[in-house]
Amino acid sequence: MSLLFNMVMPGLLAVIALWGMAKKVDVYDAVIHGAANGLGVLARIVPPLIALLTAVAMLRASGFLELCARWAAPALRRFGIPPETAPLLLVRPISGSAALGVGADIMATYGPDSPIGRTAAIMMGSTETTFYTIAVYFGAANIKKTRYAIPAALCADCVGFLSAALAARLFFPA
Amino acid sequence: MSVLWVGMILAAILCGVFTGRTEAVASAAVTGAADAVRLCISMAGLLCLWMGVMEVMDRSGLSGKLAKALRPILRRLFPAFAGDEAVMAAVSANLSANLLGLGNAATPLGLEASRLMARHTPGVASDGLCMFVVCNTASIQLLPTTIASLRAAAGSQTPFDILPATWLASALSVLAGVTAAKLFARFWRD
Repeated sequence: MSLLFNMVMPGLLAVIALWGMAKKVDVYDAVIHGAANGLGVLARIVPPLIALLTAVAMLRASGFLELCARWAAPALRRFGIPPETAPLLLVRPISGSAALGVGADIMATYGPDSPIGRTAAIMMGSTETTFYTIAVYFGAANIKKTRYAIPAALCADCVGFLSAALAARLFFPA
Repeated sequence: MSVLWVGMILAAILCGVFTGRTEAVASAAVTGAADAVRLCISMAGLLCLWMGVMEVMDRSGLSGKLAKALRPILRRLFPAFAGDEAVMAAVSANLSANLLGLGNAATPLGLEASRLMARHTPGVASDGLCMFVVCNTASIQLLPTTIASLRAAAGSQTPFDILPATWLASALSVLAGVTAAKLFARFWRD
């Protein structure tokens, strides 16, 4: 099982590379070009992350995040969500870089392979920056009446958080 | 965003005074920025590598294939635009770019699709447009490379082992969004 798992990522790399060769793609050039674009993505992440990680580190140091978790714990526990992820639930729909900062803080505090760290990662992977996306898309289309788009999108987010907690327990039983 | 950031800083200071941890808050204010840069540097390798792999997927026409495979499903999801070739092309290209994690390609395609959809109902989000936006606010990325890089940077031995769990959670969340949009479409009164 662990052999299978260890081979997934290298295998995927090999399959994609071979398939690209079969399609007459200059595979090496594409990887280099994509990696260079990755640096551009990083350059865009760094400035907001500097601002936000400073704020999150201050919140963590002040005890605010623990207070948040303790306050939200009774409600979140009922739904099987670890209360330590409460700050992530708050910022995820609003800002992608804030969520990245809070996620990084959670992983640094509890460990990336801990149940809490894994739940946070799965939450980040199964939800989006809802309000930002809606603002950009409706802004481009010049929409004033958004009708039910926001409540429907928030439904998806709530189910995303719930099922992320569920999936974490299902795939990584403690 | 400014309100959020200033709010976070003020909350930290107030809470620090309240809990008597002003010293820790002060040192966090100094080290947080360096931590952010260190985090980005340790994420950089894996993130750039997989951005490269995605470029291979894109150049080898995988996005186009995926877009074609999505067509039958999308015709059902957007019945009002099933006959509109320009809209269907932009929507399927946007969603397949999202699936492959090609965020840079997905956004312009998505903006194009929403502009085209809004032509018929200026200023008002039609059922189709609401459904499209909901599909875009529910993450459907098959390889969440940013999060895997974040886990690797935090010292995870197997940063990609969350994939099956992420797929399950994503699928349920998309399903909930689509169901909610369909239900709202039936019962919503303006």
